[in-house]
Amino acid sequence: MESNQLKRQILWLISASVLWVVAYICLEPLSRWAAFELLGLAEGSHLGEAVAFFLLDVPKVMLLLVIVVFGVGIVRTFFTPERTRRFLVGRRELTGNIFAALLGVVTPFCSCSAVPLFIGFVTAGVPLGVTFSFLVAAPMVNEVAVVLLFGLFGWKVTLLYISTGLFIALVSGWIIGRLKLEKWVEKWVYENQASTTNEDDPTWPERIDAGVLAVREIVGKVWLYVILGIAVGAGIHGYVPEGWMASVMGRGAWWSVPAAVVIGVPLYSNAAGIIPIVQALLGKGAALGTALAFMMAVIGISLPEAVILRRVLRPQLLAVFFGIVAVGIIAVGYFFNLVFG
Amino acid sequence: MKTIKILGSGCPKCKALYTNTEAAIKALGLDCSLEKVTDMKEIVKSGVMSTPALVIDGVVKSSGRVISPEEIKKLLAWPTHE
Repeated sequence: MESNQLKRQILWLISASVLWVVAYICLEPLSRWAAFELLGLAEGSHLGEAVAFFLLDVPKVMLLLVIVVFGVGIVRTFFTPERTRRFLVGRRELTGNIFAALLGVVTPFCSCSAVPLFIGFVTAGVPLGVTFSFLVAAPMVNEVAVVLLFGLFGWKVTLLYISTGLFIALVSGWIIGRLKLEKWVEKWVYENQASTTNEDDPTWPERIDAGVLAVREIVGKVWLYVILGIAVGAGIHGYVPEGWMASVMGRGAWWSVPAAVVIGVPLYSNAAGIIPIVQALLGKGAALGTALAFMMAVIGISLPEAVILRRVLRPQLLAVFFGIVAVGIIAVGYFFNLVFG
Repeated sequence: MKTIKILGSGCPKCKALYTNTEAAIKALGLDCSLEKVTDMKEIVKSGVMSTPALVIDGVVKSSGRVISPEEIKKLLAWPTHE
């Protein structure tokens, strides 16, 4: 029965991929046709270009989202938090931080279970700093952000974002480990005893189902933000004059990087809506480092997560944690503004 | 009688899993107790690191996912080890 199910799924996957490829190839001509023939807008006009941009980017990002979220959904069935923990227990500093940051990307993580995960890690013997590397990387480098960056900025900026995100996770976790801040973890955390579960490994049909479920859950949650974000981005592309952002988010304004981080923090979790807008601003004179810092602050630092983590961390440790990550993001912003000047 | 527990801090996903489990129990016509566990210590004690989790007779059957009533039915049909 299981092999029948798998056969059906594979057939279904093949037809879906064919459709996907056809749709992706037709995107550009179709979007221009829709904007300039169907809607009769003038090529090169503000409105025409903005509409063409919107009609191209929304389906493109959605197509990329579906395929990447599906793939990541399957990959994540191999990296359970239990397995990641087993791998990280007793790791030395630095190598532990590196592995934790990398595993943070592929291990399923939702900030709503940050507390049981944190307790599960530290009571089992994962060093505190290594645990923090995981907690920084997990939200910062996520599939939605990566897809939007790739779809709208191209692979260079995406790679830059991923590598600096991992670097910040690695360094901030390492610093927290060096500072030996275990005393600022709430006492009750260590009163728990680590225990393990024995969940059965999923079968391949179940893994594929998990991929489909991930698509339904994640794409179902972000599609509206994608449309709104790209609509605003398209408007900026079409109507905002060149160089308009140069004085605010340009390299000349020294205060713009920290300001971008301060503004970015409360805008948590709307990666899907914020990235298209930042991309548009980049074309209007915003500096790359400032833009990166802003996106990292929006995506990587979330206030609700701070509230949740307060249950296991004393305020001092919470402040140190977010302070180090924020400083890291600011440093990255200045660095890229210098390098890409 | 089976004891079923839904572990989670009360996020929307946990509520969805609770509703799905209720539906599965009803569909099977089972006689069992269903309870929500929100106490963090208890959740950690069961070894669960990602919520929501479904625990049947003390055994963690699923964690970190909202599984469908169909999947829950399969898990409930499993013989219990008394």
